[in-house]
Amino acid sequence: MLQEPFSTGNSQIHRLDPRFKVVSATVYAFVVALSNNFPVLIAALIFSFALVGVCRLDFLEVAKRVALVNGFIVFLWFVVPLTYEGQPIFYLGPFGVSREGVLVSARITLKSNAILLAFIALIASNTVATLGNALGRLKVPEKIIYLLLLNYRYIFVMEEEYRRLLRSASIRGFRPGSNLHTYKTYAYLIGILFVRASDRAERVYKAMLCRGFSGRFYSLHEFSFSQLDLIWLIVMTIAIIGLGILEWVQIT
Amino acid sequence: MGANNVIIRLENIAFSYAGDKLVLDDLCFTLEEGAKLGLIGHNGSGKTTMLHLIMGLLKPSSGTIRAFGKPIETKKDFLDVRRKIGFLFQDADDQLFCPTVLEDIAFGPLNLGKSPTEARKMAMETLERLNLNGFEERVTHNLSGGEKKLVALATVLVMEPKALILDEPTTGLDEDTNIRIITLLNQLDISYVIVSHEYDFLARTTREIYGMQNGQIAYTGDSSALHSHYHTHPIGKFRHRHETLNSQT
Repeated sequence: MLQEPFSTGNSQIHRLDPRFKVVSATVYAFVVALSNNFPVLIAALIFSFALVGVCRLDFLEVAKRVALVNGFIVFLWFVVPLTYEGQPIFYLGPFGVSREGVLVSARITLKSNAILLAFIALIASNTVATLGNALGRLKVPEKIIYLLLLNYRYIFVMEEEYRRLLRSASIRGFRPGSNLHTYKTYAYLIGILFVRASDRAERVYKAMLCRGFSGRFYSLHEFSFSQLDLIWLIVMTIAIIGLGILEWVQIT
Repeated sequence: MGANNVIIRLENIAFSYAGDKLVLDDLCFTLEEGAKLGLIGHNGSGKTTMLHLIMGLLKPSSGTIRAFGKPIETKKDFLDVRRKIGFLFQDADDQLFCPTVLEDIAFGPLNLGKSPTEARKMAMETLERLNLNGFEERVTHNLSGGEKKLVALATVLVMEPKALILDEPTTGLDEDTNIRIITLLNQLDISYVIVSHEYDFLARTTREIYGMQNGQIAYTGDSSALHSHYHTHPIGKFRHRHETLNSQT
């Protein structure tokens, strides 16, 4: 089942204009991604934590998402310090663990966590539907938005269809192994999934035509920029400019 | 019957899919105002094809389609037909494509040029009419099969159609949803055509039954006959009933 656990809430951040949240999250993510100084990255991480705190999200759910991303980062820590060129700190058998490699890994870890947390607070606090509307108001091309929305709507329908096919294969004794029969079966499954997807796309389009669709989408939502948005605009601007100054302005 | 109260008339329609043999062959069919028709026929007998022709989703190889007295030929004519005739698809998942129920129901009115405020109001009224209060912010994907069907019906009814076409509306639905749909259809004062394999459902929602065979449509009988018959014979004896009804007419 499709869940949007972070989108329900009534915190200050939940009540902000989604357009503002999308823009500020994007700018913030760029600034953090382009920064390299450790004080800046640590400050960003703390600020992102604070945003999640203001959102008052379920801590366990947030931890789950963060853990998922950090699972990938752990692999990075296994590979990068060993392969990155630079001054070795110590040796693991024949491999030198380079100082530069460790620093790069640390930066990536800080950056991705800071950006992830900020996105959980600012982006995941909207439903995907609202997000689509906000993007529309920000003049993102309609085709991209409807690609997003229709994907969101039908990806689980397709997944169900895939599971149904897989189940029907397994009740007829299909056991995947590394042999030609398995590959062939998977190829058939994927093939029929494509056929069904295109059939469904056609039916959905027909259903849309029957309800008067003529190529343009209209939105139900009207957004307004409130005083609360203004306050948060100031907060986000100070945070972003502050990080920028720390990173790029030489303080002598 | 004057031409004024004819909603749809199909005259000598032929249709085939890309050079295959004819699915519809010299088919004639009329839907009049106030008519409540049931349409039965074997799988692949061309029922869905005919419905798609009416909506302009497919083009007939020959023959004419008239709606509300006018021949329907151009794309613009069909746009007009689609405003006036609601079509309920077999699979509600095909019909509900917006993230939330409210947006899905408002999609039609917005296409008809209503303002967001009006569309929202119409959607809320339709939800209330179908006893679906509180569904507006639900995510369409997470609805149960029965709820999806009712919401799909709401997306059609919100456009205030003059006629409804329902393609197997009860397939895979539980008894409760079935009864809700029957009650709802009986409250409607517009005409409709229902394609279904469920005779009991047809008996409770329609007055006349048409059968589809060899690419043509024939009047098969009064739906009350179907009803009594349904109770005296098991459902598997349909072929027998069909012949009896034919011989009666």
